[in-house]
Amino acid sequence: MLDTARRIATPEGIELALRLAGPIPRALAWVVDFLLRLAILGLLAMVLGALGGFGKGLFFLAWFFLEWLFPAWCEVNWGGATPGKKALNLIVLHDDGTPVRWPAALARNLLRAVDFLPLFYCFGLAAMLMNREFKRLGDLAAGTIVVYTEHKPRGFAIPAAPPLAPPVALTLAEQRAILDFAERTPGLTEERAAELASIPHGLVGSLEGRAATERLVRIANFLVGRR
Amino acid sequence: MRQAIFETRYGPDWRRFEAWLDRHEKLARRDPAQPDADALPDAEVPRAYRHVCQHLALARDREYSPDIVDRLNRLALRGHHLLYGARGSRGVRALEFLVAGFPRLVRAERALVIAAACLFFGPLILLLAALQSYPDFVYYLMPPEALAQFQEMYNPGNKRHGMRDADDNVAMFGFYIWNNVKIGFQTFASGIAFGLGSIFYLVSNGVLIGATAGYITQVGYGTPFWSFVSGHSAMELVAIVISGAAGLRLGGALVAPGQRSRKAALVAAAQPAVRLMYGAAGMFLIAAFIEAFWSPLTAFPPLTKYGVGAILWGVVLGYFLFGGRGRAA
Repeated sequence: MLDTARRIATPEGIELALRLAGPIPRALAWVVDFLLRLAILGLLAMVLGALGGFGKGLFFLAWFFLEWLFPAWCEVNWGGATPGKKALNLIVLHDDGTPVRWPAALARNLLRAVDFLPLFYCFGLAAMLMNREFKRLGDLAAGTIVVYTEHKPRGFAIPAAPPLAPPVALTLAEQRAILDFAERTPGLTEERAAELASIPHGLVGSLEGRAATERLVRIANFLVGRR
Repeated sequence: MRQAIFETRYGPDWRRFEAWLDRHEKLARRDPAQPDADALPDAEVPRAYRHVCQHLALARDREYSPDIVDRLNRLALRGHHLLYGARGSRGVRALEFLVAGFPRLVRAERALVIAAACLFFGPLILLLAALQSYPDFVYYLMPPEALAQFQEMYNPGNKRHGMRDADDNVAMFGFYIWNNVKIGFQTFASGIAFGLGSIFYLVSNGVLIGATAGYITQVGYGTPFWSFVSGHSAMELVAIVISGAAGLRLGGALVAPGQRSRKAALVAAAQPAVRLMYGAAGMFLIAAFIEAFWSPLTAFPPLTKYGVGAILWGVVLGYFLFGGRGRAA
């Protein structure tokens, strides 16, 4: 598979598939977080500026917490994501797919200081491009990965049609291809569906166009066991 | 078994499990929804989860359509997150770490802590001593403006030590946290560059502090300077050393990974290193508090402040030498 999927084995003896996030969505998430931090600090500067030295102290404290601890806090207590990651449907997990905890969250956020060097995350980007899992240095040390949160179901179902047994025996992979195709027909244009449907001669014979598509959908209905 | 039959037979189970997940994920957000009558009881959840896992394996093996495999994968993933998520009483563990875990950890890493201490205190003491005999040497290390500023801060005529008269205690507290903890974090994080970054920060901070102390003492402002720094010096300097040791731990894992791959050694080293940083950050916090609210006071004679400083050094060293020895792990 060409997908950047990572499979994790669970104690139940199955493999779960996770989709890794690359540099671009992660950079965008960082930009969102950065702008948010800038906005909050700007607002605080206005409010606390009126309080003199006391306000200045609080401002520095807020700056410190927002820059170093807030991202880690979010990743532990707020569903594994900072606001920016939430906005881009990203989530931080341990390498074994479990939700991230304090030691790892803190490690990856403290090492952000090195990933940022020499300017604008050059080291981080270089590290991400040099391993299979898009890990920056902080992720490497903390043993964490950043993945997409699973989207809602695609909502494609195989369209109902009178089932039809295939004229020849199909292997599992072939059956799977037919099911995959039938599931996607609602999302394809009619021409494209017909073009794809005319490929398996053994199943559609000399049928063309819409008739070929319908034939494959009927076979798919047979394969999933509809009566 | 055909896919449609499989779906009809087990679909209700999946939906019950999904309803439980929905409810529980909301619960984690402090927004509990009332469970309805035929909801999945909590005690049944592990079994329901294992069933979903089994169904996922079956669906994959039988090459059912991607839609159903994706749906089961998503269910199993959500169940996995909830069942294997973080749990446990953090408060008790934090206290345990404070009382025993942190000093034990520092002793366990004593080779690195001693190395970091030499890298930091070596140049500090050397410069402090050298500047008494060769005062001009300081101009190789620091710009004259910075020296003038220090001279202003430690002027014996000031109402408070270590800050200009316009500065406010709370403002300085915030600034010390922002600045000092940042230096500590940088000292730690840069250690991932094979330890070189930590060595750089340790030595350069040692040089900076040694040069300042040596210069101020040599120009005769020693009394206000030393009565300012004595209070928070123990916490702050030891915290820098521990940050450096934590950074060296990261770098050491890359330089000499032992029987592991470099990546695995780095992951293994990050655990104790981050735990060291918990402690170091706490010490920086205490140091900033002392530095902002006790150190600048001029109401106490220098000898009292030296005494308090000595006691705090004793407390810090005693804590690391003897803390957590008597208790069973």
